[in-house]
Amino acid sequence: MNDTAPQEQRNASIAVSDLRATTPSEERADQVAAALVTVIDPELDEPITDLGFVTEQRVDGRRVAVRLRLPTAFCSPSFAYLMVSDAQDALSAIDWVQDVTVTLEDHHDADRINRGVAAGLGFAGTYPGEAAGELDALRRTFRVKAHTAFIERVCTIMVREHHWTVEDLGSLRIADLPAGRPSDGLRRRRADLGLPSDPDDLVMVDEFGAAWTPEAIPLKLRFAKAVRISIDGNAHFCRGLLRTRYSAAAADQRPRGHESLGTDRGVPAVARHPVIRQDRVAAATRTVIR
Amino acid sequence: MSNTEQADRIAQAREREIIMYSKDGENYFIVDAHLHMWDASDENQKNVHGAQFIECFYDYHKNLSPEEYVWTLEKYKKYSEEQFMTDIFDNGYADHAIFNPAALNDFYVNGFSRPLAWDMAQRNPDRLTYNHNFDPRNGEVGLRQLEEDAAKYHLKGVKLYTAEWHGDSRGYKLSDPWAYSYLEKCQELGIKNIHVHKGPTIKPLDRDAFDVSDIDHCATDFPDLNFIVEHVGLPRLEDFCWIATQESNVYGGLAVAIPFIHTRPRYWAQIIGELLYWIGEDRILFSSDYALWQPKWLIEKFVDFQIPEDMQGEYKPITTDQKKKILGLNAVSLYPHIKVPEGLQLREPAMASSSSPGPIGSE
Repeated sequence: MNDTAPQEQRNASIAVSDLRATTPSEERADQVAAALVTVIDPELDEPITDLGFVTEQRVDGRRVAVRLRLPTAFCSPSFAYLMVSDAQDALSAIDWVQDVTVTLEDHHDADRINRGVAAGLGFAGTYPGEAAGELDALRRTFRVKAHTAFIERVCTIMVREHHWTVEDLGSLRIADLPAGRPSDGLRRRRADLGLPSDPDDLVMVDEFGAAWTPEAIPLKLRFAKAVRISIDGNAHFCRGLLRTRYSAAAADQRPRGHESLGTDRGVPAVARHPVIRQDRVAAATRTVIR
Repeated sequence: MSNTEQADRIAQAREREIIMYSKDGENYFIVDAHLHMWDASDENQKNVHGAQFIECFYDYHKNLSPEEYVWTLEKYKKYSEEQFMTDIFDNGYADHAIFNPAALNDFYVNGFSRPLAWDMAQRNPDRLTYNHNFDPRNGEVGLRQLEEDAAKYHLKGVKLYTAEWHGDSRGYKLSDPWAYSYLEKCQELGIKNIHVHKGPTIKPLDRDAFDVSDIDHCATDFPDLNFIVEHVGLPRLEDFCWIATQESNVYGGLAVAIPFIHTRPRYWAQIIGELLYWIGEDRILFSSDYALWQPKWLIEKFVDFQIPEDMQGEYKPITTDQKKKILGLNAVSLYPHIKVPEGLQLREPAMASSSSPGPIGSE
């Protein structure tokens, strides 16, 4: 499954907007569904539609109503807010839509989040006194993690299936990636960080587009693997908890897209790289890897 | 030591009510480093959040436990002392267990954790250790309370739940100035072990609620304290590993992570593989988080566990000595009042990371 297909479908459907006066209801429903696929759970790096978070999508003329649920009542308000407001934005961007209602249910702060998003208050406005600002920095933190984890995923594919060696991965370029999910997925995550994806661009770059230095590659790749495992574990929890909380939820979940990349294993040789132990390193020098 | 001598020694240990888990000729001294005696009954719930909180816990229990170990929600809300003792010591193989109570006074009338735990610890001093908690948002008053609590409970450790609600606040960071005052007090009072439970809501709300970076600051600034990060920082495993790699006084508690051994053993292999790679075998602590999960099946499955063969190119096989450390001996190094019977220690420190030897003392 092409990771960016939903985005493209959505663009395509917007392109036929001159038909909007007569857009058949089926097509409208498809456009709503396609818009929701673009809403990503930032922590799990996958669409809310695959996770089974969307329980209802109703189109009534130019009005759209969507209901969302989460795995626990205590899911972080920040991430809950991002998903509700992203859904609101994605649906509002459909040209024939005039009125959008996104309703989060069964969450400890559902009423406040629903009201805040509906009134366009922003996160700080929804949580006066509790939030120091908007969620842009938080979103970027998780986009960086998603990008880092995806580098490890594609590197694993290159080593396991395309005979690349770990030593050569520093020269891996976008053009070298197999078409389809590995290439499209990495491009999407780069785009989320504002990075271009020209064919000659290196794969192993940080969130600012700077290439990993050759000496740093083994440890950075090793760390990227830990990031990937952390995100995957969180997804296992969230998917499982949703199914436990709502007994019929399994039918609404689709297999985790990342698993279609084919492996729960990383790059073998990298694991043998010795970890650098720096007990009592001064705090200022400590964030070098990120 | 001959096999007969060893058998005698084990028999003596059993007479002294020291129970141990034995499998394939290996004896394991087991410390469950994190458990609860809670009351989330309807009568004790202060508001809807009390109900939501225990329902959330229950979903974790139900989702990750083998079917035969799943309780009803009613039983799960409040269980008896007898049930606890049976599950932890008779069925659960523990030689020693450590209470890490959570207050949650904004959710429960009398708090989440029952004072009964302290009574139990007094009645079973060889088997139970009682840790208490504090909330740095209680300021000066709380500092005096901590002094009193340290004397009353002979505290060796505390449990901190940084996402605990407190009036208008939905959490704090350990790097906050008041938290530092409390950590200084811990140092002064000889409370060495700081168990930290992260998430899911925290102030300010626009930050990552599970962020573990505050531990980094504390660990550097309080080198005499040990910071045990519960559920090994999940869902921020990588950040926890990175911090723990560089701070030798940061430990990882396996609560919440280890139940994957049943539902997703290959995923569990990756978690324990990452932990052994980044922080090593000396700073990982077994804990069931009872009553979230029953220790019996966790211990049985962990002793039987091995990294799947096709993953052994990435992760080295786990040795018996590593399992012994994780299941109990590492916790003993943090809580030296827990006495390990002779014969249940690793044979030689130099041999600590060698691959599986024969039965202890068999040579």
